[in-house]
Amino acid sequence: MRPAFSVVLLTTLIGLGQGLFLALFTAQSYALFDLLPRQDLHTFYAYGSLLALAFLAAGLAASFFHLGRPERAWRSAAQWRSSWLSREVIVLPLFMAVVLVYGIAHWAGGGPALIVLPSGIGIDVTVLAGVLGTLLGFLLFVCTGMIYACLRFLPEWHSPLTVINYILLGGASGFTLASLFASVAAPGLSGFFGGWAIIITLLGATGRAASLLRNSRLAPRSVLQTAIGIKHPKIAQKSQGFTGESFNTREFFHGRSAALFSSVKWFFLAAAFVLPVALLAAALASTAAAHLLAAAFLVQYCGLLAERWFFFAQASHPQNLYYQTAS
Amino acid sequence: MQAAVSHPLQEIKNTTCYMCACRCGIRVHLTAGKVRYIDGNPDHPLNQGVICAKGSSGIMKQYSPARLMKPLKRRAGADRGAGEFEEISWEEAFATLSERLARIRETDPKKFALFTGRDQMQALTGLFARQFGTPNYAAHGGFCSVNMAAGMIYTIGGSFWEFGGPDLDRAKLFVMIGTAEDHHSNPMKIAIAKFKRDGGRFVSINPVRTGYSAIADEWVPIRPGSDGALLLAIIHELIAKGLYDRDFLVRYTNSGQLVNLDAKHDEFGMFVRTEVPEEEACYEPQNKLWWDRNSNRPVLTHSEGADPYLRGEFKLSDGTPVKPAFQLLQERVKDYTPDWAAQITGIPADTIRRLAYEMGVTARDQKIELPIAWTDSWGKEHDTVTGNPVAFHAMRGLAAHSNGFQTIRALGILMTLLGTIDRPGGFRHKAPFPRPIPPCARTPNTPLAVKPNHPLDGLALGWPSDPDDLFVNEDGSPVRIDKAFSWEYPLSVHGLMHNVITNAWRGDPYRIDTLLIFMANMAWNSTMNTVEVRKMLNDRDGDGEFKIPFLVVCDAFQSEMTAFADLILPDTTYLERHDVMSMLDRPISEFDGPVDSVRIPVLPPSGECKPFQEVLIELGSRLKLPVFVNKEGGRKYRDYPDFVVNYETEPGSGIGFLAGWRGRGGEKFMRGEPNPRQWEMYAQNNGHYHYRLPRSYQYMRNWNRGYLEWSQRMRITRYAEPILIHLYSEVLQKFRLAAQGKGITRKPPAHLASRIATYFDPLPFFYEPLEVETTDRRKYPLAAVTQRPMAMYHSWDSQNAWLRQIHSHNYLFVNVRTALLAGIADGDWIWVESQWGKVRCMARHSEAVEPGTVWTWNAIGKAAGAWNLSPDANEARQGFLLNHLISEELPSEGERRISNSDPITGQAAWYDVRVRIYKAGIDEAKESSPQFAPLQPAPGMAKRPAWLAYFAGAKK
Amino acid sequence: MTQLALVIDLNVCVGCQACVTSCKEWNTSGAAGTMSDERPYDADPSGTFFNRVQTFEVGEFPDTETVHFPKSCLHCEDPPCVPVCPTGASYKRPEDGIVLVDYDKCIGCKYCSWACPYGARELDEKQKVMKKCTLCVDRIYDAALPERDRRPACVMACPTSARLFGDIHDPSSAVSIAIRESGGYPLMPEWGTHPANHYLPRRKTRLRIHDDELERADNPLKIDSQLPKPAQSEPSLDDVTSW
Ligand SMILES: Nc1nc2c(c(=O)[nH]1)N[C@H]1C(S)=C(S)[C@@H](COP(=O)(O)OP(=O)(O)OC[C@H]3O[C@@H](n4cnc5c(=O)[nH]c(N)nc54)[C@H](O)[C@@H]3O)O[C@H]1N2
Ligand SMILES: Nc1nc2c(c(=O)[nH]1)N[C@H]1C(S)=C(S)[C@@H](COP(=O)(O)OP(=O)(O)OC[C@H]3O[C@@H](n4cnc5c(=O)[nH]c(N)nc54)[C@H](O)[C@@H]3O)O[C@H]1N2
Ligand code: SF4
Ligand code: SF4
Ligand code: SF4
Ligand code: SF4
Ligand code: SF4
Ligand SMILES: [Mo]
Repeated sequence: MRPAFSVVLLTTLIGLGQGLFLALFTAQSYALFDLLPRQDLHTFYAYGSLLALAFLAAGLAASFFHLGRPERAWRSAAQWRSSWLSREVIVLPLFMAVVLVYGIAHWAGGGPALIVLPSGIGIDVTVLAGVLGTLLGFLLFVCTGMIYACLRFLPEWHSPLTVINYILLGGASGFTLASLFASVAAPGLSGFFGGWAIIITLLGATGRAASLLRNSRLAPRSVLQTAIGIKHPKIAQKSQGFTGESFNTREFFHGRSAALFSSVKWFFLAAAFVLPVALLAAALASTAAAHLLAAAFLVQYCGLLAERWFFFAQASHPQNLYYQTAS
Repeated sequence: MQAAVSHPLQEIKNTTCYMCACRCGIRVHLTAGKVRYIDGNPDHPLNQGVICAKGSSGIMKQYSPARLMKPLKRRAGADRGAGEFEEISWEEAFATLSERLARIRETDPKKFALFTGRDQMQALTGLFARQFGTPNYAAHGGFCSVNMAAGMIYTIGGSFWEFGGPDLDRAKLFVMIGTAEDHHSNPMKIAIAKFKRDGGRFVSINPVRTGYSAIADEWVPIRPGSDGALLLAIIHELIAKGLYDRDFLVRYTNSGQLVNLDAKHDEFGMFVRTEVPEEEACYEPQNKLWWDRNSNRPVLTHSEGADPYLRGEFKLSDGTPVKPAFQLLQERVKDYTPDWAAQITGIPADTIRRLAYEMGVTARDQKIELPIAWTDSWGKEHDTVTGNPVAFHAMRGLAAHSNGFQTIRALGILMTLLGTIDRPGGFRHKAPFPRPIPPCARTPNTPLAVKPNHPLDGLALGWPSDPDDLFVNEDGSPVRIDKAFSWEYPLSVHGLMHNVITNAWRGDPYRIDTLLIFMANMAWNSTMNTVEVRKMLNDRDGDGEFKIPFLVVCDAFQSEMTAFADLILPDTTYLERHDVMSMLDRPISEFDGPVDSVRIPVLPPSGECKPFQEVLIELGSRLKLPVFVNKEGGRKYRDYPDFVVNYETEPGSGIGFLAGWRGRGGEKFMRGEPNPRQWEMYAQNNGHYHYRLPRSYQYMRNWNRGYLEWSQRMRITRYAEPILIHLYSEVLQKFRLAAQGKGITRKPPAHLASRIATYFDPLPFFYEPLEVETTDRRKYPLAAVTQRPMAMYHSWDSQNAWLRQIHSHNYLFVNVRTALLAGIADGDWIWVESQWGKVRCMARHSEAVEPGTVWTWNAIGKAAGAWNLSPDANEARQGFLLNHLISEELPSEGERRISNSDPITGQAAWYDVRVRIYKAGIDEAKESSPQFAPLQPAPGMAKRPAWLAYFAGAKK
Repeated sequence: MTQLALVIDLNVCVGCQACVTSCKEWNTSGAAGTMSDERPYDADPSGTFFNRVQTFEVGEFPDTETVHFPKSCLHCEDPPCVPVCPTGASYKRPEDGIVLVDYDKCIGCKYCSWACPYGARELDEKQKVMKKCTLCVDRIYDAALPERDRRPACVMACPTSARLFGDIHDPSSAVSIAIRESGGYPLMPEWGTHPANHYLPRRKTRLRIHDDELERADNPLKIDSQLPKPAQSEPSLDDVTSW
């Protein structure tokens, strides 16, 4: 497939936003259960939510560039019964709304506890919004992942790993960002986020490696023989029917050299996983953590951009069997 | 999109397509005066409702930004080819032309030459040239397929091409040779599909498997130029196995006629005649002899109860040794065995034998008997019409070689041996064919026919029957600029358009003043040696005068050719003009009878475009050419439609351009007084007139008394004599005799005698194409040919926004193994080099091409900026033209050059060239070569839009 | 229930591209129009087409088949392009099985094209909406057209009648019979999309010649090999020897 920059941005940016939100609420939950020291971090969470919202909004904005007719984008919520894209379109704003509520609630100081659990833990609006947001965040990951994973003709995508990796990579980038953000806004939490960022990044590396390994072993189900229905071992296309280009020659093939393609792979493996883990680890061990964390975040985000590019580029669409040769 | 739509009201007008020369009936649907949709007319006999890719893209031709909209003249001082023009008025154009032409006409009319390309109005252009008085007129036939026309017509009195074709409705075996996409485009496709569905067997003999060949049951790859060997070997096998139709040969051909074999006799190689009539007109008198088996003595052919020996040798009572023609044929093919042919053609000998048996056995065992009673020319009544259902079709794969004429004669003879001429399931004629062999039309045979201020005394094109018919000067030199009908190319019945520019430039045989080119791209795809010819067009004498002083081009588009014009006359499109597909030219007849048709404008002319027909009528009137003016010298015809209705070939002849609805009220056919409502009547009948012959006249027309007499009454032919098939060609023998110094006719100049003696063999023989003989084949081992792409017509569709997306550039197709041997990968840039030149292009591997052949789509490559394409268009940067590799001339003895053509007919030998291929250097430009300086758009042309979103009428 | 479809006979398709341009011609000014062209007269022209005719070579020289292969939307019975569409612009008509795009709803997200394994959809780069073959839905029901013209443009154009059109759910329709009797098959059956369009394979007609067919009693050589007898007066051994 041809990686569309708008979609690469969309998926990585909202992944960041989702991950950041999850990180924030993870920290809050830890604190709730006294696994982290309680502090008054409402402003941290409020600004954190704003930050997450900013990434989500940027992702949403990017998505418009993918549409031929963005003015009609509102129509895309119509088919939630069957279309993961439609579902994503519904869940994303819902999620953003909840993040907004979460942020405002924090900004307003959290408010009174609405419910008090038997253990004495008070559940306020922030917690409710946090739980809801977490559910929606995960649901959004599932929707985004499923947009690709549900396409059974694209075997590289058609796997649970696609969804898992969307979650893990979004999560990893979100926690890395959270760590960076905390190093400025709530230094006490930076290490917590950083630790998780390392863990999730490593999990992400595992998941992504698993999918790379899986993809390298895929044999295409569709071949020229089934594409045109002729059973002969030797078939070659001589003409795709036109000598110029068409939507079919543009949309479904990355159009880059094999060399570039494989260097992108090595680049993203390094930039999305190896380097960030190293930088995060260094940051945890150092005092001038903010710079290292900033570097970790930037490197990882670039790595994820490359990863997403590769994710699209690697998917070989069976339609390409029909569009190989001009003459 | 909304499914329930109501289409805005559409107006439907019927006319005839001209996206190619096939001439299908079309319905043009108009919305708000714009073309909405063009589909096939289901009530038209030719295409029966279907349409092709080109026909469906007519909209984009009509609205193409490459259309010329204004008369233009070359800016003073500008070079030809630079494309610098200024707009002028039609009045200025006419004044310039008529003044110049009048001067030529009153001094030396042959200094005006009119040559036309892929047009369909030779009836009018030919008339104009003749009235003007110039012998220098021809259309595209010489560079197209004259070998097919001449080879067949000199053998069976009819031909493939527009004049006849395979009867696939009834054939069981169909053998197609060297055809990619002929003019019988849609009808052929309809027929092949039906044939295949009915279980017929389809064999294609072609170095390349594309188009029609793709769906053949068997593909027989053959080396280019070697079909003669194949056909002769099949003939050998048919005779050896007795798989010929003896009854057919005896009665309907000259197989049994006795040939004089007295080498000292002036009539050596001629049929023995009982008596010679006063005047041997253009029919064959029944005065030849058979050797009768029953009485064992010579008798007049077709004598009641006689049965001729087809084999043996005999002595006449005066001691003259004679043999039946068939015996000579058998001797001729004795050594042409399948094993011999296998070496030459690359086809395994077993395959050749099998093909021969398939043909012979199918012809013999699957006979068709139709209960149609008819009477033959000798009065014998037949209860049935028999058919031997083996049909052939062949085109330029045979024709476009310098050995094509003899190869096509071999094909005609093969079809004859199988007994498939004008019979069900075989070859069928189309009116006005069959015609006598050769047809009666003759050119003048003396330069005296060209006189100032007089029409040419005779026709500019004709059918020589012996050397006395040649159009030569006293000293044997050519009268015509293209040297047609000269000793160099005696039977060049369609002229040699491909040599006009070179000859005129060199002044050999003489200089001309004005060259008018209509509808031909002679600076590009219809010229050989394109780079040099383009220079010749712009070449000047010492005094600064162009070697071809005045060049006028009539075209509808800005082409490579128009760039060289001094004066450009912008033509209309086919949707904007009247046209006739006339019986006097090439009508669209069907097997069952004559059909002609018309074009009726569906749109007004664009810009200042004017139909060339109107231009000729205007010029004819201004020049006061006799047929265009009345007794007082005033203009006789208001316009072309008026001319078509009222013109008669001679006053009161009743014969005109259109055959249908003649007579005052339209009650007559073929002959009759002008009918003022003729156009309306054509319009009411879907633009055509179809006369269906009675069934008993539909077959065996060479010898069908009823048909021949009908045809005589209708004045389709002058004589109703039977047209015996020329298994053995006396016409050719007469030329050979002259070359051998025998006979009573004129003799060729010494330097051409042996050429004529060699090639004018009365029986077909195989020789390597002339160019191959002059090529170092180790250096240039590959044959290079072109194919017609089905979705493009010659060079004229690159301006068509839809069609060009299908073929915006071309590749050289090379057999995979051949390519790998040369180290060429799929898609590589390569050089293709012949002894004449080289081009750089891209290679495409293919398994569907014979390993010794490379090929490409014809005329896809374009000169930068032509056709109002941007100079960096794919056509110019990646597309290429094979013509750069082909020479229009071959070295002959000494200083002499001879056209790269068939020595008999002058047919351009496009497919003889031999090439080598090698990888282009990695540092070389990834761009086709040669390149030409980009042309500028001509004044008055529309700007090319960056986007096209065509919607007829306004959208919403 | 009706399922309209094209059945394409590869046995007779000569690759003439008539179906390609007639489709464009009909549809550009029709309900599915316009069908825009980018850089129509410049380098690398690119336009919207609903139907393409491609060429494949099968086998190795000299046993090569050249196969012309037309392809447009196959109007899958289980069309994967429809459920993925977020707007409902892509839909399959229950009444006749035609898969259509409602241009007024389409947001040009291209998702449906990703979900079509056949490469049958094209985004119109000018209108920025997804387009595809409509089975000429605006012709086939148009009561203003004479009956014989109520067929898709490509079907009407096709010179070899390689394109059959009809209801594949009606067992007695010409298309069903063709599929049944001539081995009609769907493309990429592995995906379970159940394309409504089917293809008919190449069929070969062969001839077998038996040896005895070459040696028959009615062979004209029986006559023609009887060469004339020499005249009695011609010299012979009788004239020169006496044994
Ligand atoms: N290498 C190679 N060269 C070949 C051939 C080949 O097989 N291989 N084939 C040869 C053959 S068979 C032929 S017939 C020739 C054809 O060669 P040409 O006769 O030169 O044919 P076209 O390229 O079609 O050029 C005809 C011109 O007619 C113009 N035209 C189109 N419509 C109209 C109209 O309505 N009115 C006017 N006035 N002009 C119009 C076009 O713009 C174009 O400039 O090419 C020959 N050249
Ligand atoms: N679409 C379309 N149709 C056209 C035209 C067009 O430009 N486009 N042009 C029209 C014109 S002017 C003409 S003259 C006709 C020509 O119609 P065709 O004669 O069908 O045209 P060509 O493309 O010249 O095809 C020649 C075929 O002969 C093969 N061939 C070459 N050399 C040999 C050989 O030595 N032996 C054999 N057996 N085969 C050989 C080539 O591979 C090719 O398939 O087409 C007409 N129809
Ligand atoms: S075959 Fe020629 S005349 Fe017939 S529709 Fe096609 S372009 Fe027109
Ligand atoms: S061919 Fe493609 S676009 Fe057409 S219905 Fe099937 S999946 Fe959808
Ligand atoms: S491009 Fe249009 S039709 Fe396709 S999925 Fe998107 S909205 Fe639906
Ligand atoms: S059915 Fe109509 S829309 Fe579909 S390919 Fe044919 S002409 Fe085009
Ligand atoms: S119109 Fe018919 S023959 Fe021509 S390419 Fe299309 S399906 Fe094949
Ligand atoms: Mo031609």
